[in-house]
Amino acid sequence: MSDNETIQGSAENVEADINCEIPEKGTYRIYIMGKAYDVPVGLTIMKAIEFAGYQFIRSCGCRAGFCGACSTVYRKEDEQKLHFALACQTLVEEGMYLVQIPFVPATKAKYDIYDLKPEENTILSLYPEIAKCVSCNTCTKACPQDIKVMMYIQNSLRGNIAKAAELSFDCIQCGMCAMRCPADIKHYHVGQLARRLYGKYLDDESQDLKKRMQEMRDGVWDEEIDKLVDMDEDAIVELYKERKIEARGDLDKDCKEGN
Amino acid sequence: MNIINGYPEYMMCSIELVEEKREANLNADIQPLTLAEREKVLNENHPDFMEGTRREVTVGVDKGKMMYGGIVDLLEARPIISSKDIDLSKVDFDVDILIIGGGGAGTVAALFAHENGIPAENMLIATKLRHGDSNSMMSQGGIQAADRPRDNPAQHYLDIYGGGHFSNKKDVIRALAMDGPEIINWHKDIGVMYDRTEDGNFQELSGGGTSRNRMHSCKDYTGMEIMRNIRDRSRNLDIPVLEFCPAVELILDDSGAVSGAVLFNMETHDVHTVRAKATIIATGGSGRLHLSNYPTTNHYGATGDGLVMAYHTGANLLDLDTIQIHPTGDAFPEAIVGILTTEKVRGLGAKPLNKDGDPFVFPLEPRDVESACFIRECKAGRGLITPTGMNGVWLDSPMIDIIHGKGTIEKKLAGEVRKFKRFGIDMTKHPILVYPTLHYQNGGVEINPDCETAIPGLFAAGEVTGGVHGKNRLMGNSVLDYNVFGRRAGIFTAKYVKNRTIGKLTLDHLDKYNRMLDDLNIKSGRKAPMLLPEYREKEALARALDLPMS
Repeated sequence: MSDNETIQGSAENVEADINCEIPEKGTYRIYIMGKAYDVPVGLTIMKAIEFAGYQFIRSCGCRAGFCGACSTVYRKEDEQKLHFALACQTLVEEGMYLVQIPFVPATKAKYDIYDLKPEENTILSLYPEIAKCVSCNTCTKACPQDIKVMMYIQNSLRGNIAKAAELSFDCIQCGMCAMRCPADIKHYHVGQLARRLYGKYLDDESQDLKKRMQEMRDGVWDEEIDKLVDMDEDAIVELYKERKIEARGDLDKDCKEGN
Repeated sequence: MNIINGYPEYMMCSIELVEEKREANLNADIQPLTLAEREKVLNENHPDFMEGTRREVTVGVDKGKMMYGGIVDLLEARPIISSKDIDLSKVDFDVDILIIGGGGAGTVAALFAHENGIPAENMLIATKLRHGDSNSMMSQGGIQAADRPRDNPAQHYLDIYGGGHFSNKKDVIRALAMDGPEIINWHKDIGVMYDRTEDGNFQELSGGGTSRNRMHSCKDYTGMEIMRNIRDRSRNLDIPVLEFCPAVELILDDSGAVSGAVLFNMETHDVHTVRAKATIIATGGSGRLHLSNYPTTNHYGATGDGLVMAYHTGANLLDLDTIQIHPTGDAFPEAIVGILTTEKVRGLGAKPLNKDGDPFVFPLEPRDVESACFIRECKAGRGLITPTGMNGVWLDSPMIDIIHGKGTIEKKLAGEVRKFKRFGIDMTKHPILVYPTLHYQNGGVEINPDCETAIPGLFAAGEVTGGVHGKNRLMGNSVLDYNVFGRRAGIFTAKYVKNRTIGKLTLDHLDKYNRMLDDLNIKSGRKAPMLLPEYREKEALARALDLPMS
């Protein structure tokens, strides 16, 4: 890219348009695995590590908070507390001592979901170590998604699959819970099992889908779609223009008008 | 700078206008544009229709076609390996099916190849990052499938075709629309937790450019819920996955059929050779090329590697003269510029508003049209400019709780609420600022409904392919795409390998490609595939906007 190319969306005359100070500039000193770097204020931890000159192979995935690849632990100078964060979702702060966790060794139980039953002891039988939970809540404190991790483990232990599935739903499987647990529980695998059991066995059957599946097997829509595939270009453009849009209320209008 | 509710004071002044007009805006009736109006706003504002974003390809089978400059750069680059570097007499992995890419399409392909008789040990998934690291994991809004009584697959077909400006491959979109219900049924069967209505059916919302509400979702973690489910199933079946080992070139045999690939272990720098009876490219998209200088929503590995490898073997590419810019990339705060805010926010009723708090566009146009309207509004000076100089328009998220009841936003958009909360903004109370961002590679390697490419032995599925979405994709159809065509690739290759014999392995096609570059006297010094984007040091500063800087 040449220098005169600008980022899409950037405004031409910022000062004229905004009536405020430009945000503070300057740098923070951070320590990546103990080595000091001065990085610009306002970067995420991920971008700060890149600014310092590192090219990620591990510990970087979606860069948007969905994949759990960039889990990072840090402690700030003069602080007791160890923090857990996603590097892509957390701004750097002065005096952070940080390291990333590129991999979590956590054995997953092997199962075929089709062979399981959603019973009270199903989860416990595949992950017996959940019985060792001492309710210390360290897992919950380590979770960058603020999930009530201990609660879903306790629910799994009690055989409440639905509650475990609901509470664990936002899990991005970064594994920080499993890295901290004094009882060696692999929480995020337990949550995965609970959700699959719920989704497969306890969630409702959609009657609409069931009906449509039967129609598809019977070839009910074949002729209709083949007509569109074979239709000449002008005709299908017309048909497209005349579509009734449900979100605009077109179908409900029809109902009221009786067609 | 005085920050209130996560926003600088002057931005809060604009928010006050949004709040004052909210009641009236909820009832404002802005109609969708006509096809002629669409064309005008696209021509004047969308990079697909503007000068200087694209250029002619000078090398290979698509010579003379227009494509985005960043793609042409890759096609005109030198292969990173040459035939002399690799000893093909030594085969490290000998399999029936090699799947390149461990995202959604690749994993679904493996599951269906397995279901159709290929044992796990006769397959290999080679992937650049971790299994599951992909755009599939990041999709938020949902997946389209026509399963409601008010809807049907033919209606879905019509929406896809018109949304793609009537440029899609018809046989391929027939498959996309017709397989939809089957895919949802399969997901349910393996344990995907879809959002439901009280009567036990799926909650289905509207998406941009669709005429029926057919967007199924799993909160705003739809992609994550599906991806982690299929990955769990793949792990239970012991399907072998080599992580951090991207393919860098395909291998042919002396009959000209693709017969495997050369993998590069990014950590040890070892090279592995794979011989395979069928090779499925499922490498995903190319947002990290930052085409036309857009920030991107894409994951770190989205560098278009599959396009390059396939093109080196002579496979043709479609529709790479278009890109999808998603209307609602985040414009504020700086740290998340370019990251996606899901279309579901508009699906649930939030309206886009300008800095004066006025509506200016039908909220659910197809993505290219909606984006072009945002850009036009900002060009006209009615966008709000952030302290770091980004343009944006408001997306009035609090409208959702007014329409659907308090608590809806937190429940249906948990991921979005969490993201903004991390940066001090409460989207249940205040609107969020958005601007278009590079989201999707509309085109790619041409496939037919069986996922065959122009080259025997080479199959493709997912975002790397072309023809499915034509020149513009509608929301929710990419998640459907990787499931439908991942499944088809798995089923078809399971049959194909039964009659495939492999001849003598060769990388002669790379020598041939290099000679073509020699003849054209191209001396860019670039090499491809790119594998990882470069964001180090000073480029990390531009990375504040997720952009490379020279």
